[in-house]
This record gives sequence, C-alpha cells and structure tokens, in this order.
Amino acid sequence: MEWLATLGRRGLSLSARLGRASLLMLAMLRGLPALLRRPRLLLEQLLSVGVLTVLIVAVSGIFVGMVLGLQGHYILSRFGAEATLGVMVAASLVRELGPVVTALLYAGRAGSAMSAEIGLMKATEQLSGLEMMAVNPEHRVLTPRLIAGIISMPLLAAMFSVLGVYGGWFVGVGLLGVDEGTYWAQMQSQIDWNDDVLNGVIKSVVFGVVCTWIAIFQGYECVPTSEGVSRATTRTVVHSSLAVLGLDFVLTAMMFD
Amino acid sequence: MSKMRQIEILVGAFMAAGFVALFFLAMQVSNLGTVNTGGSYKVLARFDNIGGLKVKSPVTMAGVEVGRVVDIYYDRKDFRAVAVLGIYSQYDGIPDDTFAKILTAGLLGEQYVGLDPGGSDQVLGDGSEIPITQSALVLEEIIGQFIYGKAQEGAN
Repeated sequence: MEWLATLGRRGLSLSARLGRASLLMLAMLRGLPALLRRPRLLLEQLLSVGVLTVLIVAVSGIFVGMVLGLQGHYILSRFGAEATLGVMVAASLVRELGPVVTALLYAGRAGSAMSAEIGLMKATEQLSGLEMMAVNPEHRVLTPRLIAGIISMPLLAAMFSVLGVYGGWFVGVGLLGVDEGTYWAQMQSQIDWNDDVLNGVIKSVVFGVVCTWIAIFQGYECVPTSEGVSRATTRTVVHSSLAVLGLDFVLTAMMFD
Repeated sequence: MSKMRQIEILVGAFMAAGFVALFFLAMQVSNLGTVNTGGSYKVLARFDNIGGLKVKSPVTMAGVEVGRVVDIYYDRKDFRAVAVLGIYSQYDGIPDDTFAKILTAGLLGEQYVGLDPGGSDQVLGDGSEIPITQSALVLEEIIGQFIYGKAQEGAN
C-alpha cells in the first residue's frame, strides 16, 4: 500500500512540476514585448551565454573533427574508400555531433552557470526585491536568458560543425594524404542543405529551448539555500543532458528516414 | 572604451562568426553553392531495370552534370520503370533521339544517367520522352549469362 502511495505522490509532483515549468515558459514568452524595449538585457546575456561558451565549443569542435578524420580514415581505408572521408566527417558533424555535443557543452558551461545565478538571486531575495520595486522578475531576469540561449545555440553548433570539418580536413588531407579536391567535392555532392544542414539547425534550436528552459526552471524552483542551489545546478546538467540525448533520438527518427 | 561598448563588440563578433559559420556550411559543406537555381524541364525515360538509380542521382552529358533524376516510378501498363529527368534549363536543345543509359560511377556503385546525343533536328522539350534507353547492368545477370555462355561452349 505504501509503495502505491509513493508512486502516486511521485506522479502528482512530476505533473505539477511539468505544469509549473509550462507556466514559467508562458510567463517568459509574455515578457518578449518588454524585452524588445530593452535590447541591452539581451546583449548582456548573449555575452555570458554565447560569447563565453565559444572557446570550449571551438576547441571541442576541432578535436572531435580530428578524431572523426582519424577514425574515419582508419575504417574507410580498409575498403579503399578514403575519398568519402569528407562526407563521413561532415555528415556526422552536421547531423548529429554538432547539435548534440554543443548542447551538452552548453548545458555544462552556460546552463549550470545560469541556474546557479538565478538560484542565488532567489536565495539572496533579489528576485523578491525586484518584485517589491514593481519590476516583473520573470520578464526582467528570465526572458533575456531564454532568448539568448535560443539565439546562441544554433550559432554555436554551426561553429562547432565548421571547425570540426576543418579538424577532419587537417587530419585527413594534411596528415593522412587524402586528396584535397576529393575531400571537398565529395562532401558538397553528398551533403544536402535542406536535408542535412537545415535539419541540424532545427535540432540545435530545439536543444537551445530545452536546455535553457531546464536551466532557468531549476534555478527558479530551487530551495533557496546553498545546498539547494548546488542541487539545482547538478540537476540542470543531468536533466539537460538526458533531455538532449532523448530528444536527439526522436528528432533523428523524425527527420532522417 | 566603455564596458557596454566592449560587450557590444564581443556579442557582435560572436553573432557574425555564427552566421559566417552557417554561410560556410551552406556554400562549402553542402550543395547549396553548386545547386542549380535556373529551373529545369522534365524529360521521361523508360528503363527495363533501373538498378540502383535513385531520386537526385545526377544526369550527365559527356561527363558534365546537366540535371538530376527528380522522380522514379513503376509503369503498371508496360511493366517498366520510368525515371523523370529534370534537365537544367540552360541545357536545352538536346536532340530527341538521344540515348539514355544507366551507368555506374566508381567501385562503390553510385549510379547515374548518361545521355548520348543523337543527330536529330528535333529537340527534347518539357514532358517529352527519350525513346532509346539502356538498363542498368545487374551483376548477377551478367555472371549468369557468362556462365551460360561457357556451358554452351563446353557442350559444343
């Protein structure tokens, strides 16, 4: 009997949390007109969410591309198909690795910082303070972060993919002797703008919404103590990563048949 | 330089770099830079067997890509496959007795349609049909014929 009650309590609290998250999303979206009047807030968030994440995304992109070049060449050369190395590197980056790895890095670098910041704002009663000054904290604090995340993610993923393609190029063409012209020509003939690149961009926009939403919600919902903030930060990274990986499977199944 | 101005410059550089990356993905990585935007006209070609031909396979003349396969379907009346070839508009004036054959590029077997121009004065237009075609070579059939030929030789 007890476990049944536990299960019911868990289910109820889960659906209540989903509902609160949806209401928070609605509240943030209602803050959009106010944000248009204060683009400065967005600018500051783009700096902390986007610009400061560039370095880790760039470094990871180059190395992921180089590993793809190395591994791809090792496997493809067994079949004498080194010519398709460019296609392999570009397709895996643009379709899967670009959006997914960028989202995971984003959750670790920007998402955790975001929920810690919002959680501390809540713990130190800054959000209540804003409310006391008749400033809507959801519109003023949360909406710019959400929009900055949605704008940054596709741009970061595109940078990741491009640097990865050059990483693969460096290893494949520069070190392992794949023909330069073949590398690019095969890539261009096989990678489709609509089917591959644009679907990757759509994926990263979805990941941008989900990761930022989770980060903001965890920060906003946290228990206002130092332990609560630390737990919210951990949860942000874990939930974002799981959501990204799960959604990636669903999106891939829907997009690439 | 004020702090706000620094932030503006950094964010501007970030956005610019992101869009440059997207532009690079469009032009250098994907086929958007090479895709034909001038429109095309459709020509039908009937084959006994299209082998591994697929939609979007290239159509070439003398090795130059002049179009793409836009549709493939099965004609239930004459039991043949119909490939609809989208020929780019700038390559008009292809004689109507042109010979279409399905060829294989490279060892991995990507198949494409090769066109050999005929000598007719009439040209192919939108919706017209290529009369002479050659099917894809199916490896099993060739091997089968070869073995059959050898057996015949042995019998004689």
